[in-house]
Amino acid sequence: MLRVEDTQVSVEFSPELLNKFADVVSRYPAGKQKSALLPILHYVQAEFGWVSPQAMDKVAAYLDIQPIEVYEVATFYTMYLLRPSGKYVLEVCRTGPCGIVGADKIMDHIEQKLGVKEGEVTADGLFSWRGVECLAACGFGPVLQIGPEYTFYENLTNDSVDKLIGDLKAKAKN
Amino acid sequence: MKVTIDGIPVEVEPGTSILNAARQIGGDIVPPAMCYYSKLEGSGGKCRTCLVKVSKGSEKDPRPMPKLVASCRTTVMDGMEVQNITSPEVVEARKGVVEMLLLNHPLDCPVCDQAGECHLQDLGFEHGAAKTRYEFDRRTFEKIDIGDKIQLHMTRCILCYRCVFTADQITNTRLHGILNRGDHSEISTYITKAVDNDFSGNIIDVCPVGALTDKTFRFKNRVWFTKPVDAHRDCDKCCGKTTLWYKGEDVIRVTGRKDVYGEVEEFICNTCRFDKKKTADWVIEGPRKVSHKSVISSNHYEFTPLPVVKTNPVLMEANKEQFERDTRL
Amino acid sequence: MGRKLLLEHINVPGINTFDVYRSKGGYAAVEKAIKNMSPEEIVEEVKKSGLRGRGGAGFPTGMKWSFLAKPEGVARYLVCNADESEPGTFKDRYLMTYIPHLLIEGMIVASFALGANTSYIYVRGEMMPQIRILERAIAEAKAKGFLGKNILGSGYDLELYVQPGGGAYICGEETALLESLEGKRGNPRIKPPFPAIAGLYGCPTVVNNVESIAAVVPIINEGGDEYAKLGIGRSTGTKLISAGGNLKKPGVYEIDLGLPVEEFLYSDEYCGGIANGKRLKAVVAGGSSVPILPANLFLKTINNEPRLMSYESLADGGFVSGTMMGSGGFIAYDEDQCIVRNTWNFTRFYHHESCGQCSPCREGTGWMEKVLHRLEYGHGKMSDMDLLVDVSKKIEGNTICPLGDAAAWPVASAIRHFRDEFEWHVTNPSAAIAGNYGLAHYADPLPKLEEKVA
Repeated sequence: MLRVEDTQVSVEFSPELLNKFADVVSRYPAGKQKSALLPILHYVQAEFGWVSPQAMDKVAAYLDIQPIEVYEVATFYTMYLLRPSGKYVLEVCRTGPCGIVGADKIMDHIEQKLGVKEGEVTADGLFSWRGVECLAACGFGPVLQIGPEYTFYENLTNDSVDKLIGDLKAKAKN
Repeated sequence: MKVTIDGIPVEVEPGTSILNAARQIGGDIVPPAMCYYSKLEGSGGKCRTCLVKVSKGSEKDPRPMPKLVASCRTTVMDGMEVQNITSPEVVEARKGVVEMLLLNHPLDCPVCDQAGECHLQDLGFEHGAAKTRYEFDRRTFEKIDIGDKIQLHMTRCILCYRCVFTADQITNTRLHGILNRGDHSEISTYITKAVDNDFSGNIIDVCPVGALTDKTFRFKNRVWFTKPVDAHRDCDKCCGKTTLWYKGEDVIRVTGRKDVYGEVEEFICNTCRFDKKKTADWVIEGPRKVSHKSVISSNHYEFTPLPVVKTNPVLMEANKEQFERDTRL
Repeated sequence: MGRKLLLEHINVPGINTFDVYRSKGGYAAVEKAIKNMSPEEIVEEVKKSGLRGRGGAGFPTGMKWSFLAKPEGVARYLVCNADESEPGTFKDRYLMTYIPHLLIEGMIVASFALGANTSYIYVRGEMMPQIRILERAIAEAKAKGFLGKNILGSGYDLELYVQPGGGAYICGEETALLESLEGKRGNPRIKPPFPAIAGLYGCPTVVNNVESIAAVVPIINEGGDEYAKLGIGRSTGTKLISAGGNLKKPGVYEIDLGLPVEEFLYSDEYCGGIANGKRLKAVVAGGSSVPILPANLFLKTINNEPRLMSYESLADGGFVSGTMMGSGGFIAYDEDQCIVRNTWNFTRFYHHESCGQCSPCREGTGWMEKVLHRLEYGHGKMSDMDLLVDVSKKIEGNTICPLGDAAAWPVASAIRHFRDEFEWHVTNPSAAIAGNYGLAHYADPLPKLEEKVA
């Protein structure tokens, strides 16, 4: 459970973001705006890097639902990051078919390369990583994805992971 | 509509669930229910303790149902035939469900305020094996006070969702809900909040286990040493009909009036529950009749197997453990 | 070489754009259906085609459509299930990535047949790139008058939206999907009522898998009877198979149902055999939920007949010696793979993905995972195998939704067919941590049936 103090981060939704929300809400029949919850939480996460309690309260107010309804949903689905994470979260598929083509070794390599354990953030704030369940790319394993666009990186090797991390570091500098 | 449960026929209204049809018959053929609560819309179907076998779908379509069904959420059809304790398959499946429910339950009954009126305790007693096959650490959570009147002891929770339905349907706002998923699911407010409104205390009454308890009653007494008395008062918020639980001359707890299935007859407000603890606040009606299901009055009733069980060696065998326990005590 | 109905033009450059797709005959099914056919006729064609749901359960699609309630003045919905999350299955992602208009076209025809004016494609949230691709394709189709108001001047209106999920395997179960689409936790609903009566927003709803919807396009173009000529017996048409694991050529293949598994596995047209010159040890034929089979039982049925890629042949022998077509997630295991480790991995998945609503699945999946973890890491006991089978039986059939069964079957089947490997983990704990159990006899030809009986 979070303490109230943890939630005192000010969150403002920009007009652009609110436009995106409105577009989502328009897809459902009148009175069914709660349907927009999952898409809106994705937008929130893409904007702020995680889904903070403060942001969830504002989403609840926007959709005219109770805050607990948002918490219930955000904690059910694994894509929503409920703690601040690295700028790039490397999500490595660890399930069955990826497992038999070396997902565990890739995760070991990432852990070593980044120097942080699963779920932790690197000192420069750039990276976190975690194992996730099947990403439906079983023929191209091992795979990982990186939000908020969820670009897939397939047929991973230690070298391709090194290159990917290097590229992201360079990208972050610019 | 006519439905037959364990060989006993009963006429019920269309739309009645198998469980409620069984409750109309009453007695030992009523399936146990940990999550269903007749006063809460949408409840039921989750705990799976009320599974029964539908051996004949209906007069029109006599085919049996392929799987065991949750009797609380399955509507009867005319001519339906249902087996509950007369089906070894049901008895076996229920035993499995009880084992699952107890897997992560702390079994801290000696220090649990719910002991004596706990449905899981009764269920475990009736169906559980004496030994668990689970050899791993149990799931634990910190105790949380949700407001100054209610304590949430999530470790004991069996995720029946009753308190969530209660908050939705009986109170004006819902502050708590089910967070996370799978066996990490928990009842929580997410951010520390007090669940405190005129009817929030009802979540204590609907809780089948000791996950939500009355802080004003905490460790005051074991329920079987208290004397339940029905009483009422003029209340501007609720029906005012309650049960007072006495220890000597003192009212140490006020609850709704629970029926034989542990369900309150009517929901009561927090003023009646928490603030009126003097005999002078109430008009006393007389001693509360306690359910035979309750540990408070348990073992004072003779147990006789149904005639259909008595004559069938397979069914006798399936229910053997229970018979032995019942006759021994 | 089999006919390709869905992937015929997959390699045409630019087939993901409206113009190229249209130039290859795309959207002809929409024109035919909306201009020349009544909704009832379309349902009839789909029934005639014998198409069975491609999401896993294999329920006849036309039959499902005909169950849809049609009360006056109540909206009806078509929802496409693109929550592809079954380990081993990646065909829908492939189809949406490379030929999105095929799905859009199928959605229009199916929505018209069902009388839906708003339809949703529920795509798992991790497939954000595919969501963008579909949104772009929808915008293109709308601009060309195939979506929106008064489609092709017929007076039929249809709005099509893409809905992202949030990361939950359970949302592939149709009622959990509907809950999620309503902005709630993905807890499966207690049935009845079925979605055909009360689905999305309490309205009559049909939920179909991506591939099922896409298959409607060739069915309308060529007629249900023509479609039914492909395939074998009650397994009509073509099926996308996601082939992964230790294969020389993993990928998505469209096969005529009835193709011998041996040909699928070893011919160069399909998987090209096992990678790195190894031998096949085991196969999971239809996604992680279906029973795993050792190589010998997979290639030949217990009666020593060649096994075919069809619903019936894969299921030959029931759960004793057969498996299921499922969603067509084909995972091959070479001789170096550890079945205990794989079973633990799958069970961890189901434990992670259980919604937690009903007790046998919530508690039982975690229990099985812990026992399997213990076995894999050298702390197992001989009694663990019986315990696992018993726990799986306590889950199977006793849960609200099929996730319980899906979690139980892989465990029960792995122990049924590979018990000696589990026992080896108990008797050789340190070796089990360091390496895997050898291939042993799993690829040997099956003993003659008489001997087995004796």
